[in-house]
Amino acid sequence: MVMSEGVAPPYLPRELEEPGKPRRGSNPTGRAGSKWGRRILTAFACLVYLYLFLPLINIIVFTFNDPAGRYNISWDGFTLNNWLDPFKDRELTDAFVRSLEVAVLSISIALIMGSLVAIALARYRFTGSRGIEIFLVLPLTTPEIVLGASLYQLFLGRNVVFGFSTVVIAHVMFCVSFVALTVKARVRGFDWTLEDAAMDLGASPWRSFRKITFPLILPGIVAAALLSFALSLDDYIVTDFTKGEFTTFPIQVNNAFRVSFPPQVNVLATMVLIVSVLLLVLTSVRGEKAASR
Amino acid sequence: MAADTDSDDRGLRKGKWAPYGLLSPGILWLVLFFLVPVMILIRTALSSKASRFANPEFSWQFSNFSSAFTDYGPQFARSFLFAGIATVSAILIGYPLAYWIATQGGRWKNLLIGLVVVPFFTSYLIRTIAWTSILKDDGVLLNIIHAIPFVPLDFRLLATPAGVIGGLTYNFLSFMILPIYVSLEKIDFRLTEAAADLYGTPWQAFRKVVLPLSMPGVFAGSLLVFIPAAGDYLNNRYLGSPKTSMIGTVVQDKFLVQFDYPVAAALSLVLMAIITTMVLIYSKFLGTEGLAV
Repeated sequence: MVMSEGVAPPYLPRELEEPGKPRRGSNPTGRAGSKWGRRILTAFACLVYLYLFLPLINIIVFTFNDPAGRYNISWDGFTLNNWLDPFKDRELTDAFVRSLEVAVLSISIALIMGSLVAIALARYRFTGSRGIEIFLVLPLTTPEIVLGASLYQLFLGRNVVFGFSTVVIAHVMFCVSFVALTVKARVRGFDWTLEDAAMDLGASPWRSFRKITFPLILPGIVAAALLSFALSLDDYIVTDFTKGEFTTFPIQVNNAFRVSFPPQVNVLATMVLIVSVLLLVLTSVRGEKAASR
Repeated sequence: MAADTDSDDRGLRKGKWAPYGLLSPGILWLVLFFLVPVMILIRTALSSKASRFANPEFSWQFSNFSSAFTDYGPQFARSFLFAGIATVSAILIGYPLAYWIATQGGRWKNLLIGLVVVPFFTSYLIRTIAWTSILKDDGVLLNIIHAIPFVPLDFRLLATPAGVIGGLTYNFLSFMILPIYVSLEKIDFRLTEAAADLYGTPWQAFRKVVLPLSMPGVFAGSLLVFIPAAGDYLNNRYLGSPKTSMIGTVVQDKFLVQFDYPVAAALSLVLMAIITTMVLIYSKFLGTEGLAV
């Protein structure tokens, strides 16, 4: 699940993690192959990007469609109405807001718990750390359908009312592992003696954490937050098993698909896309600046 | 990988209680909402259920497992076949792109790898629905394909195995590209120059030097594509037909529609057992680090 499905776990380029280190993959002479070989490779790479973006282009183009029926999947004419009235479908908008609420709450909990796990693993040597690392990977390498089904059985057996809280519990579960592993990968190899230095100079443990440790792990936390936000917002399968009558944005889209697929789905999805890409660019640019400093 | 953790132990503390304190909230969450639920799922898989609305009774009912295989053999076979083809396709599509970015990305590497992540920022469900709009029988793509001589006029992509495999490949392709890129980034490409100096052709240099060094990325990517693909049911729901149903389809239907918990639990545990075995073999040889994208 990587990052399960969704695991789906994307992440920022590695250069951001290791400021100051020389880029090992650089290829100063560019002698990777013949000139024609490289041209064919470049053409192929462009085709792969086209493949990756084809559905996104489709989604964006169809925000301007004026569908004749209730399904926005055939082109019927240009209109700006969907963008002028993005919140027209009340149920869809409510589900969208609920998705944001679930995501914000789940990742807040997961970020705190996951970062603490990452600090423990990256900074201390203790018995059982290897076992803990394998245990952390398991939720991400378990098929989402098993995660969902087992939580479903737990909640059902305890007569828990399915809804917002059960969905949040599930989302925190798959985000914790993800945050812990992402943050850990980024803080590995830091010089923790800096903390000792701060405390030798008279800083309190809390102050040395705030001034030394926290700034060091912050880029990892930001990356993890961005990516687990995407994981939570996007999740379908685990949510399907833990939702009851509760609906998130993807669930609402799926439920409504039997009767309609309004263009507002595309508009809301495009909004999320635009905001996420802006955030990605922003954090990349900041990382670039930090790296060049 | 796990092996080089020991080299970065600057200031690593030998904590006695502190690491366990930091770990406990996150690990406790995972125990309560991942480990215990999986145990409950095992219990359900060994239970029998008198009628549709009765509660499952624990009774060492091993026959659930045998009927999981005998009754749903085709679905299992299709899941692993489709997921396997999707994984191989993702390697063939993703490796050249990762290689191109790593060798020819230059100063645009960050941006180029960031672009690979962008599809994650629209919902997986909505991307899949976008594919239905692209692949549909009266769509532009099929129109072009039908214009090619000798292609049968009833050729279609929706509701076929090709449609489902295409969707699985697309949805999880980024999970393949990212780890391959990470492992290629670690390679010192001056090695290929050394190979050229020793009269190796570019192809030999790639096959004997670069490819073996990037295999950890290929293995990690394969797991990250195969796992969600094998348990998926959304691609089949939107791009396939009942004739292409996968094991996820059966599990979802049995749990949430037919309430046949014992057999559904057995089915999902068999899926989990096969996948966990693959993950453990992987982590035995290559550690857990590569899976944490």
